[in-house]
Amino acid sequence: MAASAAVRSSMGLTFRLSRVMPDCNTCPLNRLKSCVSGAANVQRRGSFDSFRTINRNLQTSKGLYHSEEGSSNAEDPEDVVNVVYIDRSGKRIPVKAKVGDNVLYLAHKHGIDLEGACEASLACSTCQVYVSADHFDKLPEPEEREDDMLDMAPMLQENSRLGCQITLTRDLDGIELTLPKVTRNFYVDGHVPKPH
Amino acid sequence: LMIPDREIILLQQQWVDIYERLPVPFGLVRFGVAPDHPEVKNVINTFTLTARNSRCSFYGNVNVGKDVSIEELQQAYHAVVLSYGAEGNRRMGVPGEDLAGVYSAKDFVGWYNGLPSCQELSPDLNCETAVILGQGNVALDVARILLAPTDILKKTDITQPALEALVQSQVRRVLIVGRRGPMQVACTIKEFREMVNLPDTRPEMMADDFEGILSLSICAVSDLPRPRKRLTELMMKTALEIPSEKEQERQSKASRVWAFRFLRSPIEILANPDNSRTVGIRLAVNRLEGSGDGARAVPTGEVEDVTCGLLISSIGYKSLPIDPSVPFDSHKAIVPNNMGRVQHTAGLYCSGWLKTGPTGVIATTMNNSFDTARSVVEDMESGTVDVSAARPGSQSISGLLEERGVKPVTFSNWEKIDSLEMSRGEASGKPREKLLTVEEMLQVARK
Repeated sequence: MAASAAVRSSMGLTFRLSRVMPDCNTCPLNRLKSCVSGAANVQRRGSFDSFRTINRNLQTSKGLYHSEEGSSNAEDPEDVVNVVYIDRSGKRIPVKAKVGDNVLYLAHKHGIDLEGACEASLACSTCQVYVSADHFDKLPEPEEREDDMLDMAPMLQENSRLGCQITLTRDLDGIELTLPKVTRNFYVDGHVPKPH
Repeated sequence: LMIPDREIILLQQQWVDIYERLPVPFGLVRFGVAPDHPEVKNVINTFTLTARNSRCSFYGNVNVGKDVSIEELQQAYHAVVLSYGAEGNRRMGVPGEDLAGVYSAKDFVGWYNGLPSCQELSPDLNCETAVILGQGNVALDVARILLAPTDILKKTDITQPALEALVQSQVRRVLIVGRRGPMQVACTIKEFREMVNLPDTRPEMMADDFEGILSLSICAVSDLPRPRKRLTELMMKTALEIPSEKEQERQSKASRVWAFRFLRSPIEILANPDNSRTVGIRLAVNRLEGSGDGARAVPTGEVEDVTCGLLISSIGYKSLPIDPSVPFDSHKAIVPNNMGRVQHTAGLYCSGWLKTGPTGVIATTMNNSFDTARSVVEDMESGTVDVSAARPGSQSISGLLEERGVKPVTFSNWEKIDSLEMSRGEASGKPREKLLTVEEMLQVARK
C-alpha cells in the first residue's frame, strides 16, 4: 500500500525524495539494522510524518553512499568495497564503494544505466545483474519474492540477481556486476526469430 | 506511453513531444495495473522525470487520427513513434457474448481503475459464482479484485464506485478457466502466489488436473525453464499437498473460494428465459495434444455446463489501426515493423505492444522501447532521417489544434489533476481518489 509519490530530481541523479511507503523488508538500511527512524517499528502506517522522517534520513544518508575516491581523509579503508560494473556495451566501470551500499543506487550515483523501475520494491526485474562467479555464492539467498521477480527477467542466467537486493559487505570486495545486454529482436522466452 | 528517458539522453539536441488522447498520462500504469499493486506504479516517477525534462512536452486531450493526422505529424516532426498500445480485445466469438453479465477483462479492469470510457459498466455482482476465461495475469488480477477483502481494497486507488460495488458483492466463488493444461498457464508465479495467500479465501484446485504432470518423470519437470518449473511446482503443491494444520484451519474459515479449471473452451453463453442475461456457460472439454508451449487443445466432444452470473473474458488485448496511412497487420494486430521501424514508411516508428503484440511485463516492454529509440537515433545519425533541416514540431501542430478547437492538456495541467486526486484520497486513506470523467479532468486541468 503506497502513499502517493511526489518527485523531485536532485543533482541530476535519479535519487528521489518521495512519499512512497517504504517496504522495510527490502530496504538495505533495515537489513543492516541501521534504519535510524526505526521505521520497522512503525505500526501505524497512516502516519505521514514518520515517512517524512524516514525520507529525510535517506536523503542525508547520501553521505553514507558517497565514496571519496583516493581522498586522504576517506572513511575507514576497511569499509571500502571495490566494485566493477560492466555496462551493456562491455565497458568496465570500477567503483570504490562502501559497506552498506546498495548496488542499484550505487549504479545510479555513478551514472550507470541500471534501471530500477519499481524503486527497489520487488515489483519488477529491470535491475537484473549478473554476479561474478567468485561472489555469487557469498550473497545471501534471495527471498522468494526476489526469485519470483527474477523468473520474469529477460535473459535470466544462473548468476542473475536483482541489483536492488544486493547490499555490499566486505566479503564482496572485487565483485563484478554485468548488465544484461539488451539485444535486438528480443523475445521473453529466448526465442530467436528466423530471418525472413 | 513508454517513451524512455534514454531517448532524451541519447537525443541530446532533440525535442520530444508526447501526444495522448486522454487528459491524463501513463496509460496502463494508471489504468491497467491493479490497485493493490502500487509498487508497480513507482515507474511513474521515472516517467515524470522524463516529462519534466525541458526538451520534453506532454500534450494530453489530443486524439491522434481524429484531431490531427499521422501525416500532419510526420510533416511537423523528423520522427514519429507510435506507442499507443492495445485498446481492443479479442472476442470469444460465441453466441451470447453480448448478454448482460458478460464483460471483457479489459472493460472490467478499466471500470475498477477509473478509465473514463468504462465508468458506465456497472457490473452486476449479485451472483455467487463468477467465471473468468483465461489464465493470464489479467485474469488473476480480476479474480483477486473480486475476492480480496474490501478492507484491503479500501486503502488502494480503486475507484469509489467500484469499491462500493465490491462491498455489496455476493460473489463468493471464482473459477479461472483455461483451454489447455496447468503447464500452459500464461500467468506468472507472483500473481499465483498472491491467490494462494489471499486472506479469507481458499483454493479449490482439482488433484486430477495434475495427474498428467505427476506421471511425468521428476526430470521432465525439473528440466523446464526456471519460471515454468517454479510455477508448476507451486500449482502442484497447492493442488496436491496436504496443508499444514494452521493452513487447514485458515482455509476452513475462509468465506471465498477460487479455483483453476483446465482443458475447457467456451462454446456458448447460456441465457435466462427472457434472454436478457447470462446464467451460465457451456464449455467444451478438451484434451491436450503435444506438450509445452506448443501444446494444442483438441475438443473431445464432451461438454460441461457451469452456472454463473458473471462471466469475464480475459483472452487477450488487441491493437487497433490508428490511421489509414499507417500499415497495419490485422492478422497479428500489430504495425508491421523491423526493429521498430514501420515498414515502407521512413520517419515512422512503433514501440511497445503495438510493435510486438500485447504481452510482456514492464521490463520486456521497456527494453522493446529502448530498441526503438536506438533505431530512431541510428537513423538520425546515418541520415536515413534527415535532420539537417529544422521542422516546425509543436508550433505547427499547436496551430492546427487551435484552429480545430482542441485544447491540449500540458504536463503541469496534469499535475493539478494529480494534486487534487491525491488530496481527495488522503481524506479516505487512499493514495488518490481518481477523477472519473474527461470533463472533470479538463475542468481541473484548466483551473
